[in-house]
Amino acid sequence: MADVRDRTGHDDAPLSTAKDGERAQIVASELDGAKGDTLSGKTVTINRPRDELFAVWRDFSNLPKFLDNVISVEQLSDGRSHWTVRGPGERTVEWTSVVTQETPGELIAWTTEEGADVPNSGRIEFRDAPGGRGTWVTATVLYDPPASVVGKIVAKMFQREPAIQARRDLRRFKQFMETGEVATAARTRKQLDEENA
Amino acid sequence: MRALTWHGKHDVRVDTVDDPDILNPRDAILKITSTAICGSDLHLYDGYIPTMQAGDILGHEFMGEVVEIGRDSTLQKGQRVVVPFTIACGSCFHCSKHQYSACDNGLPADNQDIAQTLYGQPMSGLFGYSHMTGGYAGGQAEYVRVPFSDVGPIVIPDGIEDDKVLFLSDILPTGWQAAENAEIEPGDTVAVWGCGPVGLFSVQSAFLMGAERVIAIDHFPHRLELARKFGAETINFEETKTYEALMEMTGGIGPDACIDAVGLEAHGFFADNVWDQIKASTFLGTDRTHSIRQAILACRKGGRVSMPAVYGGFVDKFPLGAFMEKGLTLKTGQTHVQHYLPGLLNAIMEEKIDTTFLISHRLSLEQAPDGYKMFHDKQNEVTKVVLKPGLDLARVP
Ligand SMILES: NC(=O)c1ccc[n+]([C@@H]2O[C@H](COP(=O)([O-])OP(=O)(O)OC[C@H]3O[C@@H](n4cnc5c(N)ncnc54)[C@H](O)[C@@H]3O)[C@@H](O)[C@H]2O)c1
Ligand SMILES: [Zn+2]
Ligand SMILES: [Zn+2]
Repeated sequence: MADVRDRTGHDDAPLSTAKDGERAQIVASELDGAKGDTLSGKTVTINRPRDELFAVWRDFSNLPKFLDNVISVEQLSDGRSHWTVRGPGERTVEWTSVVTQETPGELIAWTTEEGADVPNSGRIEFRDAPGGRGTWVTATVLYDPPASVVGKIVAKMFQREPAIQARRDLRRFKQFMETGEVATAARTRKQLDEENA
Repeated sequence: MRALTWHGKHDVRVDTVDDPDILNPRDAILKITSTAICGSDLHLYDGYIPTMQAGDILGHEFMGEVVEIGRDSTLQKGQRVVVPFTIACGSCFHCSKHQYSACDNGLPADNQDIAQTLYGQPMSGLFGYSHMTGGYAGGQAEYVRVPFSDVGPIVIPDGIEDDKVLFLSDILPTGWQAAENAEIEPGDTVAVWGCGPVGLFSVQSAFLMGAERVIAIDHFPHRLELARKFGAETINFEETKTYEALMEMTGGIGPDACIDAVGLEAHGFFADNVWDQIKASTFLGTDRTHSIRQAILACRKGGRVSMPAVYGGFVDKFPLGAFMEKGLTLKTGQTHVQHYLPGLLNAIMEEKIDTTFLISHRLSLEQAPDGYKMFHDKQNEVTKVVLKPGLDLARVP
């Protein structure tokens, strides 16, 4: 997946915002190393320097602090890592992921290895925001939705649908980096534990 | 602890619920000493605000004593603080511009979708004001958890009683921001719709900012009387044609600046209002907006309209033509409370601003449901209800 911007030359907007979702999917799934055909992309502006954000993200063991459904990420050798993630309903799903491209301070791209419960690939990009406003962080994820249409609806009900999740996780990353904590409206420890379960 | 909880339209109760805990490093827990019922709470009471859930604890105007602090709180146990109703992080782009009510990080990530869909971008969190604004428990309770306690709360020096500073939490800065948004110039005449707490503080603030005349509009004689005490001229819209009166009272020019401090529950049998009410009672669609329409129509050419009043949804028959043709400016928004606190606390200590005139009733927390009913049914006499959880203890023999 070398580039997620539209190369067919219609305008300058990211492919993930195309009205023609089907065209976006076809273009995206033909990209190098793509796994899955549902495209989701989101950008947030984070009021912190690019290198700091990259460093925190690149240490994958940090990710469960703000990626809501990620239970654990175990770093293996050769840029590989093993992921345990909450799936629809009570299930957990697992995969081994390999970093396919890495430019310090700018970009991490990954794809899953054979046998993943939910094959996926994506990239997280860090760019200086215009006007000295910190960093633009863009997450682009291609994935196979959990099995059937029904699976996807169930997933949505449980808010485990990757597109929704990516958007919310980026907000949590922003909160974690800008404020040092992830916002919660829980009143009691018990409520917070239930939210995180 | 005991807390005032929402259960539906005109149904609030005092329930026993679990005490709050410190959950994040920047949190603090307060023991509430005073907490007020706000005009905005009436919108919840009347069922106009969506995304409320049974059992939600209300209250966004409160102060108290710090009883517990998280690792990164800058407060100290025992300090008395007033808390802004807007929950803001202090470190995002908007906070750095002092646009606290637009904070990026005040809402939990999962609660941001509703506001993002409805408004385009999520706003800051608010205490005790529906799940669209975060679902945070409010302060009409014995205790409250305060996030970002190193940024929001202002410490009150010893010797200043609660009643003088409680309104720093919302309505005083709201009235002040409303007057600031009216961009008052020397010689100006400012018209203020609504003589509730927000309108009355707008009147005071407008004079402090140099307005030559303020004309206050309401239909409650007692509230108009309070406005008159601060030097305002008044219009009772039940007896007087407001637009005609404003034009006559300004020599045919119209007020230089108009402040709408009424909001989505405008009273009165005006044709547009009745239509709005029918629609508002059926779904979150059309707010009752008589006052803002009238403000735009009356405002002088090239004048300023300031709208502290809360609207939540969409409006019909917004006089966009008048607004454009006359070249008006409209400024509005939830108040950036944190920005105004130091200055307004000073103004209170120097006795430039009086806040205690407003309080008509002091009740215990257990009496809160009566307080809501009174404030709702008898707006003429009941100008502001302050709840004192301590009064409950005092009564135990
Ligand atoms: N922007 C903010 O951050 C902020 C903060 C607090 C409150 N508010 C909003 O400000 C508004 C006023 O709050 P409040 O506490 O003073 O409320 P309130 O209900 O006590 O006062 C409103 C007043 O408006 C009067 N009124 C009703 N219809 C009118 C009309 N057609 N013309 C003139 N006056 C009319 C009422 O008689 C009443 O006295 C509410 O909408 C509230 O939600 C906004
Ligand atoms: Zn209020
Ligand atoms: Zn902020």
